[in-house]
Amino acid sequence: MSTGSTADDTAAHAAEAVRDVPSLVQALARGVGALCRPGSRLVGIATGGAWLAERLQAELGLPGEHGVLSSAMHRDDFAQRGLSAREPTRLGFDVNGAHVIVIDDVLYTGRTIRAVVNELYDYGRPASVSLAVLIDRNGRELPIQADFAAARVELPVDKRVALRRDTAGVLSVVIDGLPA
Amino acid sequence: MLYRRNPQLNKNGELVHLLSIEGLPASILRQLLDTAESFVSVNDREVKKVPLLRGRSVFNLFFENSTRTRTTFEIAAKRLSADVINLDIARSSASKGESLLDTIANLSAMAADIFVVRHGESGAPYLIAKHVAPHVHVINAGDGRHAHPTQGLLDMFTIRHYKKDFSNLTVAIVGDVLHSRVARSDIHGLTTLGAAEVRVVGPKTLVPSDLAQMGVRVCHNLKEGIRDCDVIITLRLQNERMSGALLPSAQEYSMSYGLSREVLQLAKPDAIVMHPGPINRGVEIDSAVVDGVQSVILPQVTFGIAVRMAVMSLVAGNDAN
Repeated sequence: MSTGSTADDTAAHAAEAVRDVPSLVQALARGVGALCRPGSRLVGIATGGAWLAERLQAELGLPGEHGVLSSAMHRDDFAQRGLSAREPTRLGFDVNGAHVIVIDDVLYTGRTIRAVVNELYDYGRPASVSLAVLIDRNGRELPIQADFAAARVELPVDKRVALRRDTAGVLSVVIDGLPA
Repeated sequence: MLYRRNPQLNKNGELVHLLSIEGLPASILRQLLDTAESFVSVNDREVKKVPLLRGRSVFNLFFENSTRTRTTFEIAAKRLSADVINLDIARSSASKGESLLDTIANLSAMAADIFVVRHGESGAPYLIAKHVAPHVHVINAGDGRHAHPTQGLLDMFTIRHYKKDFSNLTVAIVGDVLHSRVARSDIHGLTTLGAAEVRVVGPKTLVPSDLAQMGVRVCHNLKEGIRDCDVIITLRLQNERMSGALLPSAQEYSMSYGLSREVLQLAKPDAIVMHPGPINRGVEIDSAVVDGVQSVILPQVTFGIAVRMAVMSLVAGNDAN
């Protein structure tokens, strides 16, 4: 078997594992529910993680609004890529002493998580920070792991997986821009 | 004829220097305003600092004095974690006879990444931008009568903040439009962003009718000029204009063109009043208006920091090549 077809097989397996997004979101809700303690705060990373945090906030019946964290101010590739102005950080609570659950769509290199933890600390000193993701994939470049992942997949390094939301609010997973 | 690229943009159309609002596409202006939006919230943080320009050096080169502009650039650079070096050029090298480009070459040898330049001569920042290395960026902090793009941008930011959309807005710029680089930058910003109507208001000596070429309506009567306006930008009456026989006296100017509470009532009830500072209370604008509910003069100063952070972080992320 050629290397190419092995890579294709790997991608096909991964696609199979992440196709059913509603079930993944349900699994994420259960996982986040287990991580929650009284007063826990959900904070989604812009933009995919923020969509999920919004869902989970309602799904778990948590009071108030979810928070949003942007990695833009703390990215380590600013010199190469310049500034990416997307949804800015919005935290409607006092970070000091809070139990924060960070939500993201895909955990990959870990660099975004490093950036948003720094971002969070610009607002105060949380009591704890945990991480729950929809999809945990290979390719980590930092010692960062998720406390909960709804799916764990292996993908060829050059493949990109992302969450997408259409105008009706329906979430889907795309691999290299194509539906999983 | 060979097509000459806008010297502020690289071949991908990205902003590498900010020299003038004139000639910048609306998309770049919006990108700058959107980026500034994300920096406004840095004020709400416990740590009012982000590390985007960590390890970079910003040189403030003020060949002309301006405490406020220099200070807001300094705060903006520091909030981006840059090292800031303030050079009071007026009192140093230039007075010893060093040429502008020699000064720049020397400072470049000290590893400058961004030059913020205020100069009495129109075009000085362009000259500098033409001679710096590709990774060095130049920001015009006011050159002669030509342009003051960061003030123009912060005015656009303030207007967008309070009025959301430019397309239905009538904006009056009142005062010494002829000598004002702020007015020029505001006019370019407003016309690029699609303001419905821009009026320039003042005496014939300070608001000549050929300004109409810039796409504005010229008015020599204050009441007529601000009637039903959404935004009024008052300009500082520069004292040095008195000596040139352009105006009889500050009192007389104030009688005809000073913005009082009574006159302000002719504008829309929710009109906002702006001023680039420093204010001459009782000359171009009455104290009651400066301190009144329609005044957004102090928010302008606050937004100025976010806008300058946006300019510095955007140009620093783009290479000239």
